[in-house]
Amino acid sequence: MLLAIDTSAGTAVAVVDRAGAILAERADAATRRHVEVVGDLLRAALAEAGIGASEITGVVAGMGPGPFTGLRVGIAAARAFAFGVGCPVVPVVSHDAVALGRAEPVVVATDARRRELAVSHYGPPDAGGLPARLAGPELVPAGPIEVPIGATLLEVSEIPAGALGALGARLLELGRRLGPGEPLYLRAPDVTLSAGPKRVTA
Amino acid sequence: MTAPLVLGIETSCDETGVGIVRGSTLLANVIASSMDEHARYGGVVPEVAARAHLEALRPTLEAALEQAGVALGEVDAIAVTSGPGLAGALMVGLGAAKALAMALDRPLYAVNHLVGHVGVDLLDPEPLELPAIALLVSGGHTSLLRVRSLTDDVELLGETIDDAAGEAFDKVARLLGLPYPGGPQIDRAAVGGDPAAIRFPRGLTHPKDLERHRYDFSFSGLKTAVARHVEAARDRGEEVALADVAASFREAVADVLTAKAVRACHELEIPRLLLGGGVVANARVRELAAERAAAAGIELRIPPLALCTDNGAMIAALGAALVARGRPPSPFDVPADSTLPVGTVLC
Ligand SMILES: [Zn+2]
Repeated sequence: MLLAIDTSAGTAVAVVDRAGAILAERADAATRRHVEVVGDLLRAALAEAGIGASEITGVVAGMGPGPFTGLRVGIAAARAFAFGVGCPVVPVVSHDAVALGRAEPVVVATDARRRELAVSHYGPPDAGGLPARLAGPELVPAGPIEVPIGATLLEVSEIPAGALGALGARLLELGRRLGPGEPLYLRAPDVTLSAGPKRVTA
Repeated sequence: MTAPLVLGIETSCDETGVGIVRGSTLLANVIASSMDEHARYGGVVPEVAARAHLEALRPTLEAALEQAGVALGEVDAIAVTSGPGLAGALMVGLGAAKALAMALDRPLYAVNHLVGHVGVDLLDPEPLELPAIALLVSGGHTSLLRVRSLTDDVELLGETIDDAAGEAFDKVARLLGLPYPGGPQIDRAAVGGDPAAIRFPRGLTHPKDLERHRYDFSFSGLKTAVARHVEAARDRGEEVALADVAASFREAVADVLTAKAVRACHELEIPRLLLGGGVVANARVRELAAERAAAAGIELRIPPLALCTDNGAMIAALGAALVARGRPPSPFDVPADSTLPVGTVLC
């Protein structure tokens, strides 16, 4: 049984079985309440799936892209839950969950704030039926997105945790290389190196 | 029945701390600091700190369990700092603590960071008798508290109205051309300096200020005074007397901190004072506190340095006290609160 957690947009949690069937899926669309809701969503999802925490054998973590502060909450929760039950973390690019199951090429776009979008381009699924990411995730200015002919634009405000979990299950089954070990912040921290102290006397 | 085994997680600033206690016995105190990453910016950068917490959390948890010689499954409760502190940093620890509590099916105690600094004294074989006055001084806070009960009755007497004392050390070090963190640098530079060479201002100590800000602190005027002094010397083409400036600045900080703390002990008739926070590492602050406490007949308590700076053991110790007193755990939807008032011990 796998647990999936993503806080790259709202907060999304799911329980899936090893075959990728969704047993429970819970979400809260608010984009600034991740740390408040993540505990209750975890509890509700496990209860709905009718399993105890100790039955979880892997935790699928949405690694972003997403706004820093919120994204980290889900990754911290995923890593801590996995540590608690003694199972591995399965890191997955959050956009891949949106592309999962689409037969045609897609472009996935999510809000990256600051008038930018995070965008990933996918070709048709690979031989294993998994999303084949050709480019991204990367930041582009907000506005019309260039979509290749024949591709579908998927501009989403939520990452489906059930699909994220199903993708994790499939990756494990195929023994594929897993997603990024580190969060996909896509932006450096906001810091400016000061030129030195300013004069206080005129 | 054995005392509860509590694991505490602290991520309110730039130290990722995990501590483990059994009742009032310290079993582990492991700290990973991102201080080096902030050095080039001259101060803690919240986003840099939050990113570092996420990476440090698991290794720090593992190291703490190893140091304590216990298995995760033996832990009876999880305690975590939910405020005050840097919001993004707090959220990493709180998010992790909730998931860990869920994974282990254990209660969660979301506690106050400042009260944790006081709670660390419970790990002493002979904790300070209550009520007591606590002076908590770091790069993030400068607070004076009256503690009647650690779990139920903590009152804020005063706090800084601008910079924290540790921040003042960092800023003054920078304008003297010294690296971050400023505290140890100023200490080093002050060796051989005359603490009475320059009479820098003591914030909020004039009678008119004392009416409204009896136990409050202010360090921005002091910082500006040091800047003016340094600029004036340079404008005259003179070399800045670094040792004298550093010693005089440090004296002003130590003076106002300890004077207000001792005043509170005296006026509130509580002859017990506890120090906490990273600035306690400053030798002159400790020395002057000891001198003045002795002169005023005040019992002074300074925890070991590793328990003065931000750490998880203090959070675990406070959590264990709350468990022992049968307090109900925190609701699972408890938020991180960067300005959590000190009166809220348990969220
Ligand atoms: Zn502190």
